Amino acid sequence: MNAPQRKPSTDVQKDASMAKQKAMIDGNFDRLGNVKNTGEKVSYTFVPGNLNELIMCFDMVGNYPEINAIQNGLRKKSGGMIMEAEKWGHSEDVCTYVKADIGMMRKGNIGPTGQPIPEPDILMLSYTGCYTFLKWFELLRHDYKCETAMLHVPYTGDGVITKAMTDYVVKQLKEEVIPKYEKVSGVKFDIDRLRENLAHSAKAEDDFVWVLESAKNKPSPIDAYFGGIYYIGPIFTAFRGTDLAVDYYKTLREEIEERIRKGQGPITPEGEMKNEKYRIVTEGPPNYTSMREFWKMFYDEGAVVVASTYTKVGGTYDFGFRHDPSRPLESLAEYCMHCYTNRNLPERTRMLETYINDYEADGLLINSIKSCNSFAAGELMMMREVEKRTGKPAAFVETDLVDPRYFSAANVKNRLESYFQMIDQKRRAGA
Amino acid sequence: MATREEITNRCQALYDDLDFTAARTWKEAKPGRHVIGYLPMYVPREIIHAAGMMPLGILGGGDQLEVIQGDAYYQSYICRIPRSTIELLLTNRLDFVDGMLFPSICDVIRNLSGMWKLLRPDVYAHYFDVPQNYMKDVGGEFYIHELNVLKEDLEKISGNKVTNDALKNSIELYNENRRLTRELYKFRADKPWLAPSSEVYLINRAGMVIPVEDHNILIKDYIEAARQEDRPKRDNSRVVISGSFCEQPPINLIKSIEMSGCYVVDDDYMLVNRWFTKPVPTDGDPIQALSYTFLEASVKMPSCFEPNEDIKGQFLVDLVRENNAEGVIFAAASFCDPALLERPILQDVLNQVDIPHVSFKYAENTGQMQPIREQAGTFADSIKLWS
Repeated sequence: MNAPQRKPSTDVQKDASMAKQKAMIDGNFDRLGNVKNTGEKVSYTFVPGNLNELIMCFDMVGNYPEINAIQNGLRKKSGGMIMEAEKWGHSEDVCTYVKADIGMMRKGNIGPTGQPIPEPDILMLSYTGCYTFLKWFELLRHDYKCETAMLHVPYTGDGVITKAMTDYVVKQLKEEVIPKYEKVSGVKFDIDRLRENLAHSAKAEDDFVWVLESAKNKPSPIDAYFGGIYYIGPIFTAFRGTDLAVDYYKTLREEIEERIRKGQGPITPEGEMKNEKYRIVTEGPPNYTSMREFWKMFYDEGAVVVASTYTKVGGTYDFGFRHDPSRPLESLAEYCMHCYTNRNLPERTRMLETYINDYEADGLLINSIKSCNSFAAGELMMMREVEKRTGKPAAFVETDLVDPRYFSAANVKNRLESYFQMIDQKRRAGA
Repeated sequence: MATREEITNRCQALYDDLDFTAARTWKEAKPGRHVIGYLPMYVPREIIHAAGMMPLGILGGGDQLEVIQGDAYYQSYICRIPRSTIELLLTNRLDFVDGMLFPSICDVIRNLSGMWKLLRPDVYAHYFDVPQNYMKDVGGEFYIHELNVLKEDLEKISGNKVTNDALKNSIELYNENRRLTRELYKFRADKPWLAPSSEVYLINRAGMVIPVEDHNILIKDYIEAARQEDRPKRDNSRVVISGSFCEQPPINLIKSIEMSGCYVVDDDYMLVNRWFTKPVPTDGDPIQALSYTFLEASVKMPSCFEPNEDIKGQFLVDLVRENNAEGVIFAAASFCDPALLERPILQDVLNQVDIPHVSFKYAENTGQMQPIREQAGTFADSIKLWS
């Protein structure tokens, strides 16, 4: 897969890998915008538990409605789209990703880069860790009247993945997903092609994990939340399983190795962050409509995020999972079940505790998202539990993913400043 | 035989009792008895019963429970039922419960299962998954496995082996319970002035907190008593309530809808008591029968995927037509993702066949009924005037 190269934006400071990532994502929008000419079939699917390696076996191009919402959020376009969906009867109470997507559709389905988003030939409802997905694609199906493949991924309620759960997902792949893709694409499934794609995934995943774990260095060479959003882009979307992704993570790793050699901190929109003062673990997605402003509240105070759960929604690779070409369908099944929000609360709490200890963090910050009950329900309980187990202070802020109405900069800043003071106080008390 | 008033008074007392005294009394009556709580939607109560245990439906704290501690566990944009359920737990009102089942309703109830594990690691808490794939050899096999896991877990807690005979006996009891519940619904749909929705609700709600054997008698007695009474028939509009399957509206809200000029002729309150649209067979493997009946004869509701777009939402049109209803009231709990996300599709399906509808949200502790009465009343009037 060759993505056309675009000139990167120069209004903020970025590493070469960030520009490369942007070009890759833009390339996929170009590809989507050009399907009328190329004749490529389009598969819509979600980020957590996506089956990109499988979808590629059918020569289809992937459209990711969450990514569209994010990109529209970053470009300050999502607010109008959300209100458009609300005008059509969607409740103000529900997920703004869904409403940004529906609103974009109602406004003519012009994507974030200005190119048209084509209608789906198939909706791949990989139902991992979020019930809203189920309703989201039922809503899209109601409008598009297109083929829909459903993959029910069992939730790991007891904290384990059983053989019965894996068998269930594999059977669905064999009897529901693959036959529908063969029918829609006209391409016969080739398991060796899948194996090849999975081998690419595993290679990229190794480098991706290395990058995430580089934050154990002091100073951390990366920001694993705001910077992490760039890093997860290719592996969570249309590029996992491609040689482009392998190349991207190799480049990224080399870049970070260089930063470590030089003892540098992470890159921010205003250049390198020089004085690492606070090492934070974050839980929950970021806010996209005011992301730069939100990020600035951290780097202005010398706060770097050394580990985040958000960068695990598309796979918890740092806890050992790798796609495995020798067990292709089982591996896809296990991948889906390993995604962060498909893990139960005790497991999620244990992950946070592990991050705080392993990354020698000063504390936990939860950015609770109004839109996302999958993340948010139970976060206050997790916060108490992590504080109890680690003795490190935790704080809680509330924003939304892509609805600008739910980002109150003054409130968030005030809470963050208080939180950093709390860490200082804790340090003094411990000294 | 008890009068209608006596029966409904008993049910009102059960509804008001946030200490679940009836279930406690049942448990204390014999050593070795156990109670298994479950959240709304669907769990296979037959298996709990066959293990010699009592299933206890926990439907939140309603409007009489002051939620203090529960609020500290949830953000303002999360529905009310999990916070009042946590309040019930932390105020020891559920201290006699030997296990909890959390069905796959939504992300909030799903995550509540994990909170329970963290808060009460000593008490069995199980997220109960149901298949969203309805092929027998795929979702059916998975579900058989899940049912067997549950059966084994309950055997461990109760110390009782769940035999096929015991399970078949329990299935028969619950088949009867579902049959009687449907009879009650039909009775109300035929003569809604004889069975007000608030009473039908209380009768059904009682089934959450008393043994099924008692509840079967209760439903029969109520129908018999209500049939014999002569109550005035009003010129109300006939409506179906949709979207109230999890967090329950306060009883005053149910009364208010009726007082505003609506006869409720169907609803989706407490679907667990009529989840299957046909009896579960008792002539084969009972676990397989429960699994396949789930695949083939479950009610339609927003937490379950509808694989066939051609019939998406049709169940609601059918409910309206089968019950000679004139409109639909979408009454969903605030922040209820499944109900609120599903609503635009259902509204569109109703629009296509010119069935009028109106929408509002509530919380289990909604206290101000005037806006509801005005909205439902205007809707009822508009049906009478223009439909």
